[in-house]
Amino acid sequence: MEQFFQQLASGLANGAIYACVALALVMIYVSTDHINFAQGEMAMFSTYLSWQLMTWGASFWIAFIAAVALSFLLGLIIERAILRPLHSAPVLSIVVVFIGLLAICNAVAGAIWSYLIKEFPSPFPKTGFGIAGLIGPHQLGVVVVTLVVLTLLFFFFRYTPLGLAMRAAAQNPQMSRLVGVRVDWMLALGWGLAAAVGAVAGIMVAHIVYLDPNMMGGILLYAFAGALVGGIGNPGGAVLGGFIVGVLENMVAFAGNQLEKATGVYIIGNGEKLTVALIIVITVLTLRPAGLFGRVVVKRV
Amino acid sequence: MPPFPRKLLWVLIALAVLVPLLQPLLPDVVSNYRLFLVSTMIIAAIAVLGLNLLTGFNGQISLGHGAFYAVGAYTAGVLMDQLNVPYWACVPAAAIVCFIVGYLFGLPALKLEGHYLALATFALALAVPQILKYKWLEGITGGVQGIVLSKPEPPFGLLTEDQWLYYYCFFIMLALYWAAHNMLNSRSGRAMMAIRDYQIAADTMGIDTALYKTVTFGISAAYTGIAGALSATAIAFVAPDSFNIFLSIKFLIGLVVGGVGSLTGSVVGGIFYVLVDNSAQALSLFIKNDLGLQFDLSAYAVFGILLIMLMYFMPMGLVGGVYLAIRRLRSRA
Repeated sequence: MEQFFQQLASGLANGAIYACVALALVMIYVSTDHINFAQGEMAMFSTYLSWQLMTWGASFWIAFIAAVALSFLLGLIIERAILRPLHSAPVLSIVVVFIGLLAICNAVAGAIWSYLIKEFPSPFPKTGFGIAGLIGPHQLGVVVVTLVVLTLLFFFFRYTPLGLAMRAAAQNPQMSRLVGVRVDWMLALGWGLAAAVGAVAGIMVAHIVYLDPNMMGGILLYAFAGALVGGIGNPGGAVLGGFIVGVLENMVAFAGNQLEKATGVYIIGNGEKLTVALIIVITVLTLRPAGLFGRVVVKRV
Repeated sequence: MPPFPRKLLWVLIALAVLVPLLQPLLPDVVSNYRLFLVSTMIIAAIAVLGLNLLTGFNGQISLGHGAFYAVGAYTAGVLMDQLNVPYWACVPAAAIVCFIVGYLFGLPALKLEGHYLALATFALALAVPQILKYKWLEGITGGVQGIVLSKPEPPFGLLTEDQWLYYYCFFIMLALYWAAHNMLNSRSGRAMMAIRDYQIAADTMGIDTALYKTVTFGISAAYTGIAGALSATAIAFVAPDSFNIFLSIKFLIGLVVGGVGSLTGSVVGGIFYVLVDNSAQALSLFIKNDLGLQFDLSAYAVFGILLIMLMYFMPMGLVGGVYLAIRRLRSRA
C-alpha cells in the first residue's frame, strides 16, 4: 500500500510537469490553431540556458527566473519572425516549420553544449522537505512550483486586462481587433508565455531525467497525451489532463509490476510508458477528439 | 511541372548501370565506400518516395514514417536471423507486413486531418524505439542490442559485395519508381490526388475516399518498409535506437527538399539528405579531431534552417524551385 501511494505521489510530480508542457501547447493551440511540435525542444533549450547561467555562478533561482524571462523573449521573437508570415499557410507548411524549429533547437543545443548527458541540480533542501516514505523533496518541490506558476497564470488570464485581451484575441480575433485589441501582439505574447511555461517544466524536470538535448522527447509525448485527454482547446482541462496522464502512466507501470510479482508474467512495465501515451493519444484522437473537457466543434462544410 | 525528359532519363539509367562496372579501371573514383554511400542514397530515395505517395499525392501528413521503416527493417532482420530466409525474399515480406501495418494505422487516421494526423504520427515516431524494445519480443528482436546480420553475397562471384548491393538496391528502386509512376497516372492515382485536393468533392464524385486513403497509407508504408528492409541488408545491423524521431524528420527533409508531390523530387530529396548528413558527420569529425575543438556539428541545424527557408521561398522544393527559376530566366531571354 505504501508503494502505491509512493507511485501516486511520483505520478503527481510527473503530472505537474506534463501539465505545464500541455498548458504551453494549449496556449498556442487556442490562439493560432497550431500544434507546436517544437515545444519540448524549446523547453530543453531554456533549461540549457539556466544551466549555463548557473555554471557562470548564478544561484538556482536567479538562473531560473532569468532563463524563464529569456525564453519568454525567445518565444515572442520566434512568433514574430518565423510564424507570423505563415499565418494562413497550408497545414503542411506550418508542420514543416515546427519540425524545422525542433531540429534547429536540438542541433544548436548540441553544438553549444554537446550531446553529453549532464547532471542538473535540485534547488530544494534534501532534508526537512518532502514527506518521508511518500514523496521526495524534489518531487514535492516540483509540484509546489508548478502549482504556483499555474495559479499565477490563472490569475493573470482571469483578472488582468491584458489577460482578458489575450483571451479575447484567441477566441474572436476579428471582434477583438474592432474593439482595439492588438491581436498580433496578443498572439506573440501567448507564444512568449507558452515558451516561459515550457521553460519552467524543463528546468523542473531536468533534475529527474538529466540534461541532454533529447531529454524532452518523451515528456512532449506525455504532454500531448495530457492536452488531448483534457481537451486540446481547454487550458484547465489540459492541466488536469497532464496530471491524469502522469498518474495513469505510473499506475499502469505499477500494476504491471505487481502483476509480474504475483503471476510472473510480464505484460507491461516501465519500458512501456511511452507506448501507453501513444495509445492514449490515438484513442482520444479517434474516439473523442474534444477530450474530456473540450467543446465539440461543429464545422460547416 | 513537366514530366522528366525521357532521353535524359535513359542516359541517367545507363550511367547508373555502367559506372560501377568501371571499378577495376578507376578504383579511387568508384570506391567501395562510394558505392555503399550511393546505395544508402537509393534506399533513402525509396523511403522518401513512400512518404511522398502519402503526403504529396494523397494529402495525409505523416511525421512517423520512421515507424514503417523500422517495421520493414525488423521484418527483414528477424526473417534472416531467425528463419534463415534469403535476403532477397525479405523485400516482398517486408512490403506485405508494412502494407498491413500501414493499412491498419490508416484506419484511425481516416478520422484525423491536418494537424491531428501530424500529431498522431509524431507520437508514433516518438514511441517507436520503446515499442521495439518490448520485452516479449526481445527473444526475436534482440532487445536493445538489436540484430547483427551478414551482408548479401554477390551471385556467381562476378561482382564485389558493394557492387552487388548497389545493383540490388538500384533495380528495386527502378521497379518501385516505375510502379509508382504508373499508379499515379492511372484512375487510382487521379483518385488519390482528387482526395488530396478536395476530399468532399472527391467523395461526391463517387470515389471511395476511405478505401483509397487507407490503401494509400498501406502502399506508402510498404514502400518505406522496403527501404527499411534494404537498409537492414545493407548495414547488416538493426537496433531500436536508430529508429528515433530524427529518422522520420530526415524523410520529411527529403520530401520537402525534393518537392511535395514530385516523384523525381523524392529521389533528389533522398540523395540530398544522405549527402548532407554524411558531409556534416565528416565535417564534425574534422572539427573534433583535426582542429581539436569541442564542437558537435549536426546536420540538423542545416536541415532545420533549410526546412524553414524552403517553406518561405520554395514551397515546391529544390526541384520545383530550380525548374521555376529556369523557366523565368528563359522567358526573360
